[in-house]
Amino acid sequence: MFRISKNPTVDTVVKLVTVAVAMFAFVFVVLVPLYNVLCTALGINGRGAGEAYTSVQARVDTDRTVTVQFIATNNDGMPWEFNASQTAVKVHPGATNNTVFFARNPTHKAMVAQAIPSFSPPRAAEYFHKTECFCFHQQPLDGDTSAELPLQFIVDLDLPDDIRTITLSYTLFDVTDMAKGSVANR
Amino acid sequence: MGEHHHGPAKGITRWLFTTNHKDIGTMYLWFSFAMFILGGSFAMIIRAELFQPGLQLVEPEFFNQMTTLHGLIMVFGAIMPSFVGLANWMIPMMIGAPDMALPRMNNWSFWILPPAFLLLASTLFMEGGAPQAGWTFYAPLSTTYAAPSVTFFVFCIHILGLSSIMGSINIIATVMNMRAPGMTYMKMPLFVWTWLITAFLLVAVMPVLAGAVTMMLMDVHFGTSFFSAAGGGDPVLFQHVFWFFGHPEVYIIILPAFGVVSQVIPAFSRKPLFGYDSMVYATASIAILSFVVWAHHMYTVGMPVAGELFFMYATMLIAVPTGVKVFNWISTMWRGSLTFETPMLFALGFLVLFTIGGFTGLMLAIAPADFQYHDTYFVVAHFHYVMVAGAVFSMTAGVYFWLPKWCGRMYNETMGKTHFWISFVGFNLTFFPQHFVGLAGMPRRIPDYALQFADFNMMSSIGAFIYGSSQILFLYNVIATIVAGKPISDEKVWEGAEGLEWTLPTPPPYHTFETPPKIDPEHAHS
Repeated sequence: MFRISKNPTVDTVVKLVTVAVAMFAFVFVVLVPLYNVLCTALGINGRGAGEAYTSVQARVDTDRTVTVQFIATNNDGMPWEFNASQTAVKVHPGATNNTVFFARNPTHKAMVAQAIPSFSPPRAAEYFHKTECFCFHQQPLDGDTSAELPLQFIVDLDLPDDIRTITLSYTLFDVTDMAKGSVANR
Repeated sequence: MGEHHHGPAKGITRWLFTTNHKDIGTMYLWFSFAMFILGGSFAMIIRAELFQPGLQLVEPEFFNQMTTLHGLIMVFGAIMPSFVGLANWMIPMMIGAPDMALPRMNNWSFWILPPAFLLLASTLFMEGGAPQAGWTFYAPLSTTYAAPSVTFFVFCIHILGLSSIMGSINIIATVMNMRAPGMTYMKMPLFVWTWLITAFLLVAVMPVLAGAVTMMLMDVHFGTSFFSAAGGGDPVLFQHVFWFFGHPEVYIIILPAFGVVSQVIPAFSRKPLFGYDSMVYATASIAILSFVVWAHHMYTVGMPVAGELFFMYATMLIAVPTGVKVFNWISTMWRGSLTFETPMLFALGFLVLFTIGGFTGLMLAIAPADFQYHDTYFVVAHFHYVMVAGAVFSMTAGVYFWLPKWCGRMYNETMGKTHFWISFVGFNLTFFPQHFVGLAGMPRRIPDYALQFADFNMMSSIGAFIYGSSQILFLYNVIATIVAGKPISDEKVWEGAEGLEWTLPTPPPYHTFETPPKIDPEHAHS
């Protein structure tokens, strides 16, 4: 076996310390990125709907109707008014649809928000394509102002037959403090 | 060479500066017992609050701190250091080595532990109180919603992780390089084998825990978003990282316990251990499998079905090597000339109760059923059957087994047996009813409960007080043995005990095996 030192104890210690340091590094350079890569690749935790989707011109399946429900929730301590203009829409797979969310900052100071999506059933995430979404960017709002937040989406033609209703839930987080830092990429 | 035959130094400096494996082992054992009493007293507060429905004794916030500290102190302060203490005492004597391979590091790995737990206990008196997120400290409970003391908790975990890693490196270096000539790997006593494998697990996963708490620290103080959805992170990531450490951790706790039982049962059956080779392979298989089953702790987070199935089957696979072990222990006793001294009673208590804990573990491994059991008292009952009746009973068996050897005095057998029966009854009275309330839906970590759970909870609390107070009897018995036990001088304290440690004088001198012993090929492992 490969020896680092002639002294067997030193040899064992050096190898084991290397393993321990490598395992510490493993958490940061393997486990965390791997988790994000896997979630995106498999569409877990709503991550499949991460980036803006470039629509390909395809047919619209008018024979099939899917209900899409919208839920808007504030994260703990978030003071904004936040709601969906429509609670549910009926759409055809393949068609481009538009809806609007409404947000108002009732405080007297400028704030920044970030909406985080979540799907039910979770496996619907990879069949729900957003061509435009307010959740792609942080949303700054001055005090006492409001905004309409657009969402444009296409339900994939390949949506499994047993899914008839998709619930899209947005949770609005106050990210004013971390807005200077890097932006969420979803 | 002439320097070798000195005894211990005098006074407090003996303990502060000692590099002797027996001294350090003793300190580990006493420290872990002190932590066992501290963690146990927190459990008494929990059971007192749960004696009746409603809130009567403590505030819910304080209750959460108690469940958190109870778990952390029992796992990291009581069970783990106690087996490290046993390893320090026994491994050199079992493999014919004069001491551990790295005696000065050994001193350090013990002495950084008391400050770490002092730090953890001191958080109770800080503003906002102690950590309250449970011993699993899931984010965001441990980040966004944590008390300011979480920073001290993180530092404590870093220190005790360092201590565990140093202790493990020491054990591996000792076992790999300091065995007496002729003591091949497959002649080592099973306790040494289980500890060798445990030490490898510790070196592999303690850094992962350190990584998890470091990410927590960065989320709390340095504006990162590893576990914060708002910044693009994910709280579920915490659970994956934690259980990637946490599942091997539960085997880190139970494997040395298997080792102790594998020494005790043959001694009181007056037969060699049945299936020694298969015991070694089973231990190694359990250790390897422990790395691929972690997500069975988190079936309810919304994993894809393929993931649930993989983790379910992988988890159930662990029942095979574990079953091999239980089979071998029973076969060891088959047609043996059994006697039932206190160590054997605790080993048998371990065998029966650990197997019950193993079966409830199989129930929990079934992903669809786990959705019902998840986070209920059924889980609490399960892991106390494997942690208390598994690890703690085995540890107690080990103490009664080797204490006469260590101090050259016999403990009081009647008191020992009394201790066992009170523990056995108290333990089962505490945790068996928790299976029922758990299946009926009582959630864990909540200071109040619905009225229909009242009777079983009262039984649980009475059992806990019985089990808790039986430890005072244990403490008294150990001190009475050390101070005024009946002196013994037989090298073999127990008629059926086999192994190198029983060839040494009783009590063993301060330095042993300065010249390596000759290994009798017939009687190497017991």
